[in-house]
Amino acid sequence: MKISLSWLREFVDITESVEELRLIMDDLGLVVEGIERVGEGLEDVIVARVDKIALIEGADRIRLITVDAGNGPLDIVCGAMNFEVGHHVPLAPVGAVLPGGFEIAQRKMKGVISNGMLCSARELKISEDHQGLMILDEMITPVVGTKLMDALSMTADVVFDITVEGNRPDAWSVEGVARDLATRLKRTLRSPKIAKPNVKATTDSFASAGIDDPDLCGRLTVSALRNVKVGPSPDWVAARLTSAGMRPISNVVDASNLVMLELGQPTHPYDAAHVAGKTLRARRARSGETLETLDGVDRELAKAGRGLGDTGEDCVIIDGDDHVLGLAGIMGGASSEISESTTDVLVEAAFFDPMTIARSSKRHGLRSEASNRFERGVDPNLALRAVGRFVAVLSESVPDLEWMAAPLDISGKTPELPVVELRENDIERTLGVAIPVKESTTILEGLGFSVSEKKGSLFVTPPSSRLDIRSGANGRADVIEEIARVYSYRRLPRRSPSWPTPGGLSQLQQFRRKVRDVCIDLGMNESWTPTLGSNEDFDLVHPGAARVRITNPLASEESVMRATTITGLVKAWGKNIDRGTGDVVMGEIGVVFTHPDSTKNPHNTKGGVAGSVTLALPEETERLTVVLGRTKDDATTAVAFWNALATRLSLADVVVRTLDAAPGFHPTRCGALVDRASGAVLGYVGEVDTELVHVLAPTATNRRLGLIDIDLTALSDHSKATRTSQFVNVPSRYPSAVIDLAFVTPLTVHAQDMAHALRSASPLVERVELFDVYRGNNLPEGTRSLAYSVRFSSNEATLSDSEVSNARDVLIATATSLGATLR
Amino acid sequence: MSTSPLDNLAAQKAELLEKVTSLSTLDELKEAEPFITGKRSILSALQKSLGQLEAVARADAGALLQEARREVEAALEARRSILSSQARAVALESDRLDLGDVVVSAVTVPVSVGHPGLVGSTQRELEDVFVGMGFVVAEGPEVETDWYNFEALNIPPAHPSRGMWDTFYVELGEPETVVLRTHTSPTQIHLMENAVANNSLPIHAVAPGTCYRRDTPDARHLATFHQIEGIIVDRNITFADLAGVIETFTHAYFGPDIESRLRPAFFPFTEPSAEFEITCTICRGEGCRTCSNTGWIELGGCGMLDPAVLSAVGIDGDEWSGFAFGFGIERCGQMRHQIADMRALIENDTRFLGQFS
Repeated sequence: MKISLSWLREFVDITESVEELRLIMDDLGLVVEGIERVGEGLEDVIVARVDKIALIEGADRIRLITVDAGNGPLDIVCGAMNFEVGHHVPLAPVGAVLPGGFEIAQRKMKGVISNGMLCSARELKISEDHQGLMILDEMITPVVGTKLMDALSMTADVVFDITVEGNRPDAWSVEGVARDLATRLKRTLRSPKIAKPNVKATTDSFASAGIDDPDLCGRLTVSALRNVKVGPSPDWVAARLTSAGMRPISNVVDASNLVMLELGQPTHPYDAAHVAGKTLRARRARSGETLETLDGVDRELAKAGRGLGDTGEDCVIIDGDDHVLGLAGIMGGASSEISESTTDVLVEAAFFDPMTIARSSKRHGLRSEASNRFERGVDPNLALRAVGRFVAVLSESVPDLEWMAAPLDISGKTPELPVVELRENDIERTLGVAIPVKESTTILEGLGFSVSEKKGSLFVTPPSSRLDIRSGANGRADVIEEIARVYSYRRLPRRSPSWPTPGGLSQLQQFRRKVRDVCIDLGMNESWTPTLGSNEDFDLVHPGAARVRITNPLASEESVMRATTITGLVKAWGKNIDRGTGDVVMGEIGVVFTHPDSTKNPHNTKGGVAGSVTLALPEETERLTVVLGRTKDDATTAVAFWNALATRLSLADVVVRTLDAAPGFHPTRCGALVDRASGAVLGYVGEVDTELVHVLAPTATNRRLGLIDIDLTALSDHSKATRTSQFVNVPSRYPSAVIDLAFVTPLTVHAQDMAHALRSASPLVERVELFDVYRGNNLPEGTRSLAYSVRFSSNEATLSDSEVSNARDVLIATATSLGATLR
Repeated sequence: MSTSPLDNLAAQKAELLEKVTSLSTLDELKEAEPFITGKRSILSALQKSLGQLEAVARADAGALLQEARREVEAALEARRSILSSQARAVALESDRLDLGDVVVSAVTVPVSVGHPGLVGSTQRELEDVFVGMGFVVAEGPEVETDWYNFEALNIPPAHPSRGMWDTFYVELGEPETVVLRTHTSPTQIHLMENAVANNSLPIHAVAPGTCYRRDTPDARHLATFHQIEGIIVDRNITFADLAGVIETFTHAYFGPDIESRLRPAFFPFTEPSAEFEITCTICRGEGCRTCSNTGWIELGGCGMLDPAVLSAVGIDGDEWSGFAFGFGIERCGQMRHQIADMRALIENDTRFLGQFS
C-alpha cells in the first residue's frame, strides 16, 4: 500500500524525519518496503517551448533543438524524436540536479554545445514513460519559463510503500496507519471532513434496499446522491490517487477510491438510472446465474469450486428485477457503471462476510482493491461514515450535490465483538515483562479499544475495525500482541536459553552424517537433484509404476514425485559431461516417494477438514545413490567403493549377489547387497543401464557409469545391516602363516560364500581374501578358479607346521564339501 | 476392362512379409528397408504407376495400396523391435560380469576429491549450533495433509492467509487435501501431537527439511528449498526466551558482532508474531545494497505459539506455553558465501560444487 507523507499529516502531526518515520513504522509492524520521493530534484526544472529543430552533421541519433524557457533561445542537443516545433517540454538547465543526483552540465557533442537537457517523464521520476520527451501540451496549458512543479501542481512529497500484514485489516488505510502512529507517538488523531445528508427528502422515497441472506451480507447501506455532475476530480484528489498508484477516472469514481484508501471502506457507486426499481439487494447467487463483470469476463455464479471448504457460494447485488448487478464486494457489472450522463447515484457501502468474499474471489480468480479489503474484514460500522467522506470529497467538484436524508441501512449478521479478559499476570506470562496497567490501557485506548478494570483484570473490547481480535485465550494473545507492538518489541527483555534437557542427534541422524562424510571422503560430490521429475524419465527405472502426481505442476516435466534418485543423478552427471567436467563421482542422500497403492503398509495420517478422515500418504524412504562417472569407472569400482563404505560403517558381512535386474541397473552388471546374517537386501551395486545413460546423458552413450543405490533406512538398522562386534580383537603377538589356496569352483558357488566358509572352517583362520579369479577353457564347464590368500594365527603360540597343515586340510575339506576342488 | 497395376498386390505383399520375417539382424533390416517400404520398394513403384488411372479408380487403388503398405510397415516395425531386443540381449550377455567375483584388492580406484553440498553443510552447522543450545533434531514427512500443513496451524481451508503460500497439491484423496509441505511448520504439529500422546512434554526441537512452493525459480527463490524450524513448549516460556534464543543463535552462527532484532509481523500459527532481522552480514550494519541501506536483513519468522495451535493439538495453554521460529537454510548459506544466483544450488555443476570443502 502506498501512502504519502502529506496525506498522513492530515491525520496526525509528524515532526520526525523520513528515516525516523521508517524505523517507527517498521517497529509497529507496518513494514516499509520502499520510500519514493516525489518531486525531489525537480525544483530547477522549467517549462520550455521548442522553437526550432535542426539536424547535426554526422549524427542521426541526436538533433539540435532551440528552445525558449523565458530567457531567449537556448541550444540543446537531444536524442528524442517524439516532439515538434511549438511543443512545451521540461528543461533541466545547466546546474540542475535531477532525481537520482544527476547534475546537468554544459556538454559538447559532435561539435555542438548543449546547454541543458530536455527530459522524459521517467528521467524526472514522474512516471515510467520513456517513449520520448514529456509533452506538456497533452496535460496542461503550459506557460514558458514556469517551474515544472508549479505547472503540474506538484508538491514535493514522500511516498511510503507499506506492507500491511494479513491480520491488520484496520491498517489498510491512511487513517489506520495514522492511528498506529498517533498511538505510538502519543499524538492526536484527526478525522477528515465528513458530510451529512443535506436535503429533507428521505432516501426511501427514491430507492430501496434489502438483504436476503444476512449470513453473507452483514450490513447494506444505500445512499442516494442527486444533482451529480460527472467530470474530472479536483487536482488534490487526482494527486492523492496518483501518489497511491491509482489512476484518476472521474470525480465520482475517484471519490469512491479516495475514501477506500483513506478510511478502508470500499464503496460502490451505481448510476441510479440503470438500476431497475432503484433497488439494491444482497443475496446468494443461484445456480445457473451469470454476470459480465467490469473486466468484460462472463462469469458463471454459484458453481462449487475445487478444494476444501468451497461450496461455490457467491454473494451478489441484485436490482428490483432480481437481475444480478455485481459480485458483491469484488467487482461490479458493466450495466450500471457511472457514465458522463449520470445524474443520480446510488452509493452502496456494506459489510460482507470475509470468508465468502475470499472464496468467491479465489474461485473466480478475481482480486480487486475492494475484495482484498473485504476478505480481511472491513469495519461493519464504517459504511455511513465512509459515505459522508465520499460526499464531502465529491461536493468539492459538485457544489449542488444532494445527499438524501436517512440513508437506507439494513442489518444482517455481523461478527460479535469479544470481551477479552487480561488477567493480572497474562502480559508478564507472555512477554516476560510486566507492562504497567496504565501504559497498556493508554495503548489500547489509543488503538480504539475500550478497556475497563475489574478485580485486577482488564476487560478489553476491540473497536469494530479489529475483526482480527478473537475471543478467549486466542483473543488474549491478540490483545497482548497489540500492546507489545505499540510498546515496541525492542523494549522487551531477552532471556538466554537455559533448560536442563540435553540436545542431540538421533542415531539415524548421526549415521546419515557418517555415511555422507565417508562417501565424500571416498570422492563423492554431494549433489541435490530435483524431487519432481517427468513420467518418461521415471519410466526408465520403474516402468508403469503408480506415480505420485502433482495436481498443479509448474511444468509437465516436473509433475511426478521421484521414486528414484538415479535419473536425477544421471542427468546431473550428463550435464557435467556436456561441460567437460563430468569425470567425477556424484551422489545424493535423498528422499524418494512410493505411491500408497504400491506399498504394503501405507502411511496413514489425519486428513480432511479438521483432521476428520484418515488418508494414505506416499511412503517416504531415504536412499543413498552414488554414480561413479570417472573415465575408468564401472561396476567393479562401484563394488570397491561399496566395500570401502561398508568397512567404514563397520558392516559385518554384506555379500554382493548377482541379480538379473534391479531398477535402473545394467541387467548383466548388477548385484544385490545382501546382509549375510539377516538376509536383508540393503541395496544394489553395479552399473547404470546403458539405455538410461543413452536417454538421460546422450553425449555419454556407451560410457560405463558405476552405480550404488542403497536403502539408507535399512543400512542404518542394525537388525538388517549387521555390524561387527564393538569388542575388537587384539592381533596375535605371534608370527602368522599365510598360504594361498586356489579352488576350481562351480559358478553356482559364490566367491564370498566360499570365503565365508573358509573363514569359519577353523579357529586359526585370521583372514581370508580373494586375490584372483580365473576363467579359462582348460577348466571344466560351469566352473572358475577362485584363489584365496589365507592367514592363520593363534593368540597362544607360534603355529607349528603341522597345525598349519591340518588347518589347510580342514579348509580344503570345507571347499570340497561345497563342490570345489583344489587346483 | 483394363488390368490394374495392383492385380498382383496380394502376392507382392505376401512376398514382402516373407522377406520381413526372414530378416535376422538389425544390420540386415537396415539394409533391406529401402527395398521393403522405402523408395526402392515395389510399394513405391506401384504408387507411381497409379498416376495412369482415372480419378475414381485411382482413389480406390490408392486406398488398397495404402492398406498393404501399413501392413508391411507394421510387420517391419514388429521385426525391428524383436531384433532390437535380441541385439540388446546379445550385447548384455557379452557384457555380463559376475559382481560376486570382483577381486576388490585388484580394482584400481583413482583418487578423487569429493565435496559436500552447500545445503547439507549449512544444515549441519545450524543443527550443531542448536544442539549446543539444548535442542534435539526432529524430522517430518515432505508430503503432508492439509491438516498438518495448514489447518492445525490455524490456517482454515480457503482462508485468505493461505495466499501466503503457493502450494503444490498432490493427486491423492479429495482435491487439495494432500500437499507438498510449504514450510517445516507441520513438523511442529507432529511433535506436539506425539508429545501429547506419549505424555512427553516439554519439547525443545529444531526440524530441518525440504519444502516446496509453487514459484518459478529465479536468482532469489527456488521452488524446492530447505527450512529449519525451531519449537519450544515448556512451562513459563515467554517472548523473552524467544528473543534470547534468537540472539544466542545469531551470535553463535553468524558471530559476536552480528545482532538480532524483532519486529511485529503476522503468521497464523504464532501470536504475538515477529519477523527477525540480523545485522547485514555484507556491510556489518553500515548500509549497503543487499540490505537496502538499512543495515538489517530479514532472516525468518517467529512468535509465541498461537493458543489456537495449542488447542488443535490438545495442549493446555494455561500450563504450557512456547514459541516457534523458522528460516531458510539456503538463505544462511547464501549470506555466508555471497551466492549471486540461487539456481546454482540445483544445477550440480561440479565447478560450483568443487568450491565447498
